[in-house]
Amino acid sequence: MTPITIKSRPVYPGLSPDLNARINLIVCDKGGAAAVSELFARAEPPFAKRSTVFVADTLSTSEMETLKKELAPAACEFLPTLSSGIGRLREVLNDAPMGLRLYAAGTEPLIGSVVQAAADYGIDHLSIRTEHRGSLMRRVQCVHCKGFIENVTTNPVTCTHCGLTLFVRDHYSRRLAAFQGVCIDAEIPGDVPPTEAIYQ
Amino acid sequence: MSGSLLRRVRVAEVEQVAARIKRFRFVDIDNAPLSEFSGGSHISVVMHSGDRMMRNPYSLMGSPTDTSSYQISVLHCGKDSRGGSQFMHENVAVGTELEISEPLNLFPPAKLAKKHVLLAGGIGITPFMSMMNDLDSLRSDFELHYGVRSLEEGAYCKYLQSRYGSRVNIYRQDQGQMIPLQTILGEQRLGSHMYVCGPKPMIDWALQTAELLGWPDENVHYEQFSAPPSGTPFIVKLAKTGREIMVKGHQSILEALEENGVDAPFLCRGGACGQCETGVIACDGYIEHNDHFLSEAERVSGKKIMICMSRIQTGSITLDL
Repeated sequence: MTPITIKSRPVYPGLSPDLNARINLIVCDKGGAAAVSELFARAEPPFAKRSTVFVADTLSTSEMETLKKELAPAACEFLPTLSSGIGRLREVLNDAPMGLRLYAAGTEPLIGSVVQAAADYGIDHLSIRTEHRGSLMRRVQCVHCKGFIENVTTNPVTCTHCGLTLFVRDHYSRRLAAFQGVCIDAEIPGDVPPTEAIYQ
Repeated sequence: MSGSLLRRVRVAEVEQVAARIKRFRFVDIDNAPLSEFSGGSHISVVMHSGDRMMRNPYSLMGSPTDTSSYQISVLHCGKDSRGGSQFMHENVAVGTELEISEPLNLFPPAKLAKKHVLLAGGIGITPFMSMMNDLDSLRSDFELHYGVRSLEEGAYCKYLQSRYGSRVNIYRQDQGQMIPLQTILGEQRLGSHMYVCGPKPMIDWALQTAELLGWPDENVHYEQFSAPPSGTPFIVKLAKTGREIMVKGHQSILEALEENGVDAPFLCRGGACGQCETGVIACDGYIEHNDHFLSEAERVSGKKIMICMSRIQTGSITLDL
């Protein structure tokens, strides 16, 4: 692993149970659900009983049935997309009391979106327990046109809004839930290094 | 070191505000405006008592935007303490000149909180005086729970109730009233932050109650200024200069260094901020860690000491100074 030199680059220490929390709210995608299942196995049933899992991903009916069984006795809700999952999260946080502990497991865009939404409800990003699973894809903001590029797997990447070739930096914005993409060939237009698929 | 910048002030007013608490108002010696500060800030006051020099931290109480004067409150701690509060009560009067540090804030309210729950015990009310001033002007949602021994011993009860109304809750120990912490912390909205200042058992109780109710650490804040505990004298060796300095029984290492003209780093002088963290090169005694800063692992390693608060039981310690 390359050493982290940019302080804003988030780190995900892995899920650990808050045994004192009265409500555990967990947002995950398909890949993250495996981390949740492992968390429940480590923490024993009373913890899972106080937990609700929002699985925000496109799943088949049989996948949902399997996950439901695997994550029991936690309550499971299935949301077809990340944005519908975040919408549901906001609904719950809006009326929630202190004593709720938030968790996020899955890709970086999922974790980042959870952290971003939670900030609106006064939840400190450090109090959210996170674990990265699955793809390394990133959400990138073009610093020039301010457009967002979803599910970026390569570096450099072409901005889908303004067409500039962007170098994807580790410089991260929690407020925007996105890494910053900066024009890579500003001095000599067209002088672009080969594209590497490093965020698969 | 910014911590050693001092300003000369004159005592403009002294008021007995409760049985053992006096309020002091300081103005700049040349009536120059003082620095603005933020709610929760403190200053340290330099006291020369006989051949001893002490610098005790006190929370600023007035309005943070009022630069004409600073106000602090001092509890007379009695004969068992190191004598700082006794000095303030017995030797400081209107007209006395003192040296103070610039304000420093180690207890700021979390600006993004949805609600602020303030818990004060006795003299622990002082940082909340300026903090409530700030929160009120920002129209932030807050409530104060203030435990006092009795109305005679509790400072500012009437003032607080008349200024902040139902947001202030006072609990009188002489009437058997306890702060219903379980209920208070159990019924707060998401995004609330808790702040506690008071005697150590109260702080421990509040931190533990919050943890057991599932409050994240990031939402819990406390401040406690403890005076450096006294002990037996010992020797401090300074590795860089080879000097040896005796730390007397009532002194902290920092105070002994200052008395001998050594400019060591410091800010809060209460074991909270971490500024005076010093490397330990050798130690043939047992280190008593009295700070709230070092982690358990750091303490066990024996490689670091907070010189404003901690000492060794006997023998000598060699510091990386």
